[in-house]
Amino acid sequence: MSEPHASREAPPPATPTASARLPDAPRLPDGLVAFVKRACPTCELVEPVLAQLADGGATLCVYSQDDPSFPSRPTARDDRELSASWHHTIETVPTLLRVEQGREVARAVGWQRDDWERVSGVPGLGPQLPALRPGCGSRSVDPDIAPDLAARYGAGRLRARRVELGPAEDPFEAMAARGWSDGLPLVPPTARRVLAMLEGTTRAPEEVVAHVPPDLAPCTVEKVAINAVMAGCKPEYLPVVLTAVEAACTDTFNIHGVLATTMSVGPVLVVNGPIRKRLGLNSGRNVFGQGHRANASIGRALQLVVRNVGGGRPGEIDRATFGNPGKLGFCFAEDEEGSPWTPLSADFGIAPGTDALTLYTGEGPHTLVDQLARDAESIARSFAANLRAMYHPKLALAFDVLLAVGPEHARLFREAGWSKDDLRSRLLELLRIPGHELVRGAGGMAEGLADEIAAESIPKFAPDGIQIVHCGGAAGLFSAFIPGWARGAIGSAPVASEIRA
Amino acid sequence: MTLVLLDPTHEQRPARRERLPRLSTLEGATVGLLDISKLRGDVFLDRLEQRLRERGAHPRRYRKPTFTKPAPVDLRQQIAVECAAVVEALAD
Repeated sequence: MSEPHASREAPPPATPTASARLPDAPRLPDGLVAFVKRACPTCELVEPVLAQLADGGATLCVYSQDDPSFPSRPTARDDRELSASWHHTIETVPTLLRVEQGREVARAVGWQRDDWERVSGVPGLGPQLPALRPGCGSRSVDPDIAPDLAARYGAGRLRARRVELGPAEDPFEAMAARGWSDGLPLVPPTARRVLAMLEGTTRAPEEVVAHVPPDLAPCTVEKVAINAVMAGCKPEYLPVVLTAVEAACTDTFNIHGVLATTMSVGPVLVVNGPIRKRLGLNSGRNVFGQGHRANASIGRALQLVVRNVGGGRPGEIDRATFGNPGKLGFCFAEDEEGSPWTPLSADFGIAPGTDALTLYTGEGPHTLVDQLARDAESIARSFAANLRAMYHPKLALAFDVLLAVGPEHARLFREAGWSKDDLRSRLLELLRIPGHELVRGAGGMAEGLADEIAAESIPKFAPDGIQIVHCGGAAGLFSAFIPGWARGAIGSAPVASEIRA
Repeated sequence: MTLVLLDPTHEQRPARRERLPRLSTLEGATVGLLDISKLRGDVFLDRLEQRLRERGAHPRRYRKPTFTKPAPVDLRQQIAVECAAVVEALAD
């Protein structure tokens, strides 16, 4: 690694005045420093100004990005490799810097006589030139070149251990053999891909996002990015994954318990806000199914972080008896536009229209079929009858549920004017069960609650135990429910967070 | 042409500690009984407590707030200080 510790700590300011130099950048000579390329008409325009400065006795060093024979005076330094340009975050040519004791203290971008005179301290520059001429893009930010430069010069800011594969090793087999995989192929996390992934967030690579159970290892933004690459995420998905990792590792969500339980559950990610559209997250047809990269890879990335950073692997701390296919990754968006209600995240105090993630502990979706109901009460009763049997008809108050109301069912609630709370309240009423039906032995089934509750009426769910989301395809008189897990403080409660870039 | 990948794991090695030697006798030993708050764990521990007393041990009961989370550090510390051995009950 030629630049072992280079680190882009923050994007350069729009109008840089102080040093925008990256750590370990090649040291610039004191005096004036200009960056130019021959292919830029503005650079050709200022060629006489560069000569004027050099002839006038100024200490001027010129870096040429494309042709070391340009300009004619003074003799340029060859920066065709763009090392100086990249490290000093040159975005436009010409750029004129003033450097004192190795530090940039002033910068002029493009050609603007006043600015060049301010930076150089030389009056009367280029009297024959127009006062102002915008510059051209620096070659170091050319989209065709920048990713390579980032990998070449920026890889030093990545701290993860390098794993060098042998020339005969198949990377997919090598990654699987190292135990990094959930069973499916992984995208090889090269420095170039990880650096590109990190462009998806404003957070520094070394920032610790969370301590991930079960090993409680500190997990940096960089580690999340590596796992997001492997999961198949695009850089713009990274903020959702970061938010999910943070939410999962809270005491409230308790990913340790979610992982360690013998039950089938895993983390379920529900996304709200405009980010759904930007990322192409599916909230419609086949919402819980395959075919959408954002849905598939975001949930997967969280699970890979738990596996690789947290050390949570099936058969070890993951003790699930069955598990469920959603443990490969279970992420979907709410259909807010078609919903009769406010988004799920609003139930947790986040303003509608805000990018938000709600992390819920759930197993696979179960379909609720009712094709004959034409009114809200009838469909609510169908929901309740199905939910009564969740996990076991004689178990109550132990588990939460996430109810996914499909558009055709939601229409009935909209027409009847039922709010989300109206539906929730009605379900709670309909799911009050006589205790004598729930006690152990009742109905010839040993499973059930202790005898003491025989004379009471027991609700199947706690008042805050029913979450409701609107999603699914427009055709089909169906809804779905996703059974939860040990509820509340003893187990897991949903965690909703704003997604920040 | 070799491919260089970035390690996705936490890159840490678990600290290895030797186990304490097994107790040569239960006579007079303080034995912690940790109830993890899982249903009917107490049934198992009640019986174990009874058997330990018969063997001359001094059982001492502890309880985790919930079975779904690791025992709090203070509780682990307390058990380590007060007991020569501990039995953790997993039940349903």
